[in-house]
Amino acid sequence: MTLPAVLDTRYPLETPEGIDLLLQPAGPIPRALAYLIDLCIRGLVMLAFSIVLIFFGRLGMGLWSILFFLLSWWYPVLFEVLWQGRTPGKHYLGLRVVHADGTPIGWSASLIRNLLRTVDMLPLVYCAGFISMLSNARFQRLGDLAANTLVTYQERALINTTHISVAPQQPPVALDLEEQLAILDYAERHQQLSEERRQELAELLCNSLQIPRAQAQTQLLGMASYLRGPQ
Amino acid sequence: MKQQQFEALRRADWQQFEQHLEQLEARSKHTRNLDDFPKRYRALCQDKALAQSRAYSNALVERLGQLVSRGHQQLYRHRSRTLSRVIGFLLAEFPRAVRREWRAVGIASAFFYGPALLVGTLIFFFPELIYSLMDAEQVRGMEQMYDPSARRFGEGALRESDSNWVMFGHYISNNIGIGFRTFATGLLLGIGSLFLLLFNGLVIGGVAGYLSQLGYVETFFGFVIAHGAFELTAITLAGAAGLKLGWALIAPGALSRLQALQQAAQQSMSLVYGVILFLLIAAFIEAFWSSMNLAFSTKLMVGAVMWLWVGAYLGWMGRTHATQ
Repeated sequence: MTLPAVLDTRYPLETPEGIDLLLQPAGPIPRALAYLIDLCIRGLVMLAFSIVLIFFGRLGMGLWSILFFLLSWWYPVLFEVLWQGRTPGKHYLGLRVVHADGTPIGWSASLIRNLLRTVDMLPLVYCAGFISMLSNARFQRLGDLAANTLVTYQERALINTTHISVAPQQPPVALDLEEQLAILDYAERHQQLSEERRQELAELLCNSLQIPRAQAQTQLLGMASYLRGPQ
Repeated sequence: MKQQQFEALRRADWQQFEQHLEQLEARSKHTRNLDDFPKRYRALCQDKALAQSRAYSNALVERLGQLVSRGHQQLYRHRSRTLSRVIGFLLAEFPRAVRREWRAVGIASAFFYGPALLVGTLIFFFPELIYSLMDAEQVRGMEQMYDPSARRFGEGALRESDSNWVMFGHYISNNIGIGFRTFATGLLLGIGSLFLLLFNGLVIGGVAGYLSQLGYVETFFGFVIAHGAFELTAITLAGAAGLKLGWALIAPGALSRLQALQQAAQQSMSLVYGVILFLLIAAFIEAFWSSMNLAFSTKLMVGAVMWLWVGAYLGWMGRTHATQ
């Protein structure tokens, strides 16, 4: 129905129920930011433990090595698997990792994508991963390609659709579904727009709907109210 | 039916579905009355499809779409009983994977043990060659570590027990890191794995050859033989897993390169889990057994048992009759 625009990165995924889930893969910038946040967290944890473990002598040094190993290799794996595909950095930026079929990520896939990070980092600062992300439509780095995973945006809280308090009004001509949708969308988003923009958008339809410019807004809202039907 | 009527009719169901979702997402223990979750999920999918085909507003479609997406995440999870999978992995899956990938394991072993033997023999007869592998500082450190006369002073490889913990941590982070890198760099058409195998083989072989010609056989081999069974095998298995990735890209067969890579990655994970296990065992033995001050014959015997055990485990464990 609503075809994604050409520039949109949304990627439809058909479920067994015959429904298209729209996943929105995340690009390099938010992912790099998430990585930096994770890096800072890891650094701080390491620092905090270093200060504590320094009092435990040789046992502390051993534990320090193990902790360093865990943080550098297992931090992303454990978070992704146990916390619905999110590391703290990804959570902050509203991202999460899923299998390419939209299901939650499991141990093997998470381990593959995070071990292959080694190659994505080559030759320096994630060059290989960056090139790989830019050369496919779903922004997958090499590790994602091998593990068949995606980093997508999480569902965001939706804006509340406000009631249309304008008396219903029948459209002057028969509208097809896409035209109806456009009018409904206008009514739903109209509170987020500035007065000038509302008027500007409404005037686009004045000629085809044969309505006077001065009443364009109220008439469009009225039609939306008609299309949505009685309460 | 107009949108508002539709919403009024179905709103209660959607709200209930959302409550169930919240319970599932919080993984709360009180997830009662969720038997009809799949049924409700299907009903929701139908609502979403209806809303979309009837051109109800995008806000409604999007809201239902989000509910569907969250429901999908909860319904289609890969749940498995972890304990039984772990046992199955140890008793059958891991050794079977090693036997299934015998070609890759063979090549990886050849690239590891081959150079090790060659360089070991060369250095045994021409010791000065060691300096083309490592610098003088490292050679001196290595000599000190395995010097039999240092034994009395409790230095070198046979050290005090409280430093075992230092070494345990060091072995874990260092060796498993090497194992992981050997696997991951296989993605570079296998070249990375081969290089790391070769490099580690050269260094280990060189050290062994050099210390042997110095006559430090007892201290060196007494130290390494037991954990070597796990550590060296693990490195070759990590290399084999990496080669599998590389080979999938070079010769994908009937699949596309991407599909072949995904399949190879999935299959090689059995080897990678095994590598982690073996390197953990190796680190444990290396830190707490290899450092013990025991007679060379005892160490040799235990070491032999370890090698035999690893060989027998990987060679025969999990073999069943054809009917299975």
